[in-house]
Amino acid sequence: MSKQRLTKHPVMEVDQGEMVAFSWNKKSLQGIKGEMISSALFANGIQVFGHHTKDHSAQGMFCANGQCSQCLVMADGLPVKSCMTPLTSGMVVESLEGLPRVPGADDPIERKEVEIRAVSVLIIGGGPAGLSAAIELGKLGVDTLIIDDKDRLGGKLVLQTHKFFGSVEDSWAGTRGFEIGHILAREVEIFSTVETWLETTAVGVFSDKVVGVVRKNRYVMIKPQKVLVATGAREKMLPFPGNTLPGVYGAGAFQTLVNRDLIKASERVLIVGGGNVGIIAGYHALQADIEVVAVIEGLPEVGGYKVHADKLKRLGVPIFTRHTVVSANGEERLESVTMAAIDDNWKVIPGTEKTVEVDTLLIAVGLSPVDEFFAKAKEWEMDVYAAGDAQEIAEASAAMFTGKIEGVKIGKALGAYKGDVPREWLDKARVLKSRPGEIKKQPPPLPVPEGVMPVFHCTQEIPCNPCTSICPEHIIKTENDLITGLPHVDDVNKCKGCLNCVAICPGLAVSVVDYRKDTAHPTVTLPYELGRDAVEKGTMITVTDVDGEVIGDYPVQRVVANKKKFPGTLMVQIKMPHELASRAIGIKEQKSPLTSLDIPDLSACPDDAVICRCERITAGEIRAAIRGGVRDMNQLKGLNRTGMGACGSKTCRPMVMGLFRDEGVDLKEVTDGTHRPLFVEVPFGTLAGIKGGK
Amino acid sequence: MAKQYDVILVGAGSVGVPTAMALGALGVKTCVIDKMASPGQGENKHAIGGIRATHSDPGKIIACMRSIEIFSTWQQIHGDDIEWLKGGYLFPVYRKEEETLLKGFLPIQKKHGLNIDYVDADTVADVAPGINRQGLLGGTFSPDDGSASPLVTGSAFFRRAVATGHVDFYFNEMVMEIHRDKGRVCGVTTNKERYDAPVIIDAAGPFSRELGSLVEQDIPVFPDSHEGGVSEPVEPFFKAMLVDLRPAPGSRNYYFYQNAHGHIIFCITPDPPIVGIDKRETSQFLPQVAARMVNLLPRLKNVRVRRVWRGLYPMTPDGSPILGWNKEVTGLLHATGMCGQGYMLGPGLGEIIARMVTREVSPKDAVVIDEFSLYRDFGKEEGLK
Repeated sequence: MSKQRLTKHPVMEVDQGEMVAFSWNKKSLQGIKGEMISSALFANGIQVFGHHTKDHSAQGMFCANGQCSQCLVMADGLPVKSCMTPLTSGMVVESLEGLPRVPGADDPIERKEVEIRAVSVLIIGGGPAGLSAAIELGKLGVDTLIIDDKDRLGGKLVLQTHKFFGSVEDSWAGTRGFEIGHILAREVEIFSTVETWLETTAVGVFSDKVVGVVRKNRYVMIKPQKVLVATGAREKMLPFPGNTLPGVYGAGAFQTLVNRDLIKASERVLIVGGGNVGIIAGYHALQADIEVVAVIEGLPEVGGYKVHADKLKRLGVPIFTRHTVVSANGEERLESVTMAAIDDNWKVIPGTEKTVEVDTLLIAVGLSPVDEFFAKAKEWEMDVYAAGDAQEIAEASAAMFTGKIEGVKIGKALGAYKGDVPREWLDKARVLKSRPGEIKKQPPPLPVPEGVMPVFHCTQEIPCNPCTSICPEHIIKTENDLITGLPHVDDVNKCKGCLNCVAICPGLAVSVVDYRKDTAHPTVTLPYELGRDAVEKGTMITVTDVDGEVIGDYPVQRVVANKKKFPGTLMVQIKMPHELASRAIGIKEQKSPLTSLDIPDLSACPDDAVICRCERITAGEIRAAIRGGVRDMNQLKGLNRTGMGACGSKTCRPMVMGLFRDEGVDLKEVTDGTHRPLFVEVPFGTLAGIKGGK
Repeated sequence: MAKQYDVILVGAGSVGVPTAMALGALGVKTCVIDKMASPGQGENKHAIGGIRATHSDPGKIIACMRSIEIFSTWQQIHGDDIEWLKGGYLFPVYRKEEETLLKGFLPIQKKHGLNIDYVDADTVADVAPGINRQGLLGGTFSPDDGSASPLVTGSAFFRRAVATGHVDFYFNEMVMEIHRDKGRVCGVTTNKERYDAPVIIDAAGPFSRELGSLVEQDIPVFPDSHEGGVSEPVEPFFKAMLVDLRPAPGSRNYYFYQNAHGHIIFCITPDPPIVGIDKRETSQFLPQVAARMVNLLPRLKNVRVRRVWRGLYPMTPDGSPILGWNKEVTGLLHATGMCGQGYMLGPGLGEIIARMVTREVSPKDAVVIDEFSLYRDFGKEEGLK
């Protein structure tokens, strides 16, 4: 068993699959049959997958989502995306050094005509939005095909080990994301009119209203009456020198490795981006026993939910706002990151540079909708709808709602649903998409030193209220009963101390203080999700307040768990002086991990930063073109190949636009690149109607 | 006050940009107008990049021989790498029909000094490793032909034209009106500006008919569309442009090569032609062309297609270009209707066009001009398209 595989996880079940032998550059290794090649390599400590043909730079994981083509390896003689190709027994895997060699398989081929499939509704993407839409269409008896490029349904829900916000009745608030994925997938199976195609990638939308898909290496042309694009989001990239080194990758990719494939992908990680994605990734890292050195954020405040940020802070992870990455350093892979404070103009403040030794830098600077299918289908005047992140970036709870709504809209357009989309659905979708509100810093109410009661450490308005539904006494209310309102207790005397509110809160922001046995030293129940070892009875734990300030060390009295109802959450009970009890909410995990190394700072050259990863074009090259008068992204292709790579400028396009703007160009003057099929590369053989691969 | 030029060139594409470069080199003050945002963004960038002199008519042979000279020496003379690759053109032969056709062109091709021959099946297989040997009879091979990147070339020619100091480009502008004074052209008005010049060159490709209609001239250019595509880059294993002339249901010939970066670039001729200016990608193209390509070169089955596009062939009734002065509208020079060969013809023709403007045409130029006349009999068809 390699040390990079998680043998235990506080939330996810570790279900060891069948180990098989494979080879990597002629060396014999072990991996789990059916896991993605990239995960098998990570599990063996291999993160450099090859070298780029242009400058021999090391290549590795970036998106882990089949989108970017950075993780190509040679498997049994053919170039494949390692993040999308399952490992087989005896597979010969080799690093891709430069260009792949085409094997001399010269026997005449046999082919079949490509299948054409008509369907009422095609849903692209089996995540929260697509599944929710499929359920509505299933209820209406509409003939629906839902496709997903992965081997299981759920989309990014599969990676979400944390409990969801939102409300219990609408979006399973308080249930962990991957469990919601299972629930939705099971519901979809009920409907005989909904067919699911897994390992099926949509690759193009054509003007004759055909969606080309590749289903397990077979090309199929789908002719749908309606299309729902529920393709989710892709991660944005950040340009800085060294940004393409193996070890620098997206937070979503990290979650895939850690939570789906249970790989301990890193020892020490630094996260850039204080939105929910970055902060949650940090939490997921801790759950996988990975040290989180810090989260850094350019804005003066973190953008994510405060409860998520507080969870991290309480565990001892520093969050540096108004900081940026100056450079990622290393030869073949990431060895350290230089970070620095920035001023209000986003300029590095000289003298504040710090270099920290980490093996992984997670980029979590936001998401952009995967909207190319929608754009093309619109261009061809197809009846196309979008839901979830493909419509607007928001939480998965919102995606489930927009999926439902678009599903019903499609049903209505097909005549299968009479009436209008329920008004309250539209309202709820709007609320669930709302940005976090102002932080209302109110001191926690000093509890009456008697009885038992929950204490809410929830100070920011976000769309979330499972605590109100889970309370058997119905005494937890939100302000004005709004889903975004802050919670409070209506009638303290009715609280029985059942701890349900502690267990369900996705933000781990509820404690229960119980004075019934000892008014001077009440029992405080704190939520905990990082594995039982650290909090066994009798262990001294460091207790913090909501901001991670240490209150003191206390021995654990008891650990309560309700594995069935609230899997993965432990409730740790300690006794504390009554004057501190209502402040306690966190258990500190890490000792301050940020260390500064004396590496000379070689980073004052941001022109080095690679913008187009596929073709390896730097910011400097693009800036030179812009200064030379280029105002057309298509012309950039002819000058330096920016955007011509496998990903089709999906990754670099926003950054190129940013460079135009930074050079003082009015973006209205800039002609955007032309976007064409295919969105994902497909072998000639597959398109010709023969089974792809060998 | 309108801006004054010696020449107004309409169209910054396959013909317009190299012509501007040639005019600039002769010191002719030139204004280039294009409706797109940058050079080569019309049909030039849709070309797949093949460059051959091995045609069946003298005009094209002469123009393309000069083009090849320009492409092949570009990096040496001007420094930028336009990805010229001398890979040759290979026409593999599986049937008597193509054998007879191709062998019939050899005398005229050799007469013009072209390096081309009919070769046996083994030689074909050497040039195209892995080619389907079932029924392979042989083929013609012309090793001096090649390919370059239309995208990169467009930019390189544009820079060179600007560097002459005599050429101004105006993008995102469309000619709305052509002005005449006593039967002679004197300027144009675009959606933004007026420009004056005694000579207007029509290098508008598929849109020459619209341009001509501004001065009541019917220029016989009728665009149809072809689809092309590009694969991921793979380790180079062949260099030649492979042209399979055999027809199949829904298509006539198709052709592909591997470029300097290792990408396979490919195109097919639909049958019947898809007439019009619709450039939207269709779902039929990929299964159709992929089936034929993997049949010819089975090892391509493992190479992945990256992207496709559709481009226009500005066709004339006989498949040959139009080059010459308009007899009814003095000062209007047509250089259009390249029938999908603008990229390979452009540099060679550009120099001839420039000499037409400066009245310095050579006897060899005259052969080309005569053959491509607007006033020829368009009833004849070219042998090797």
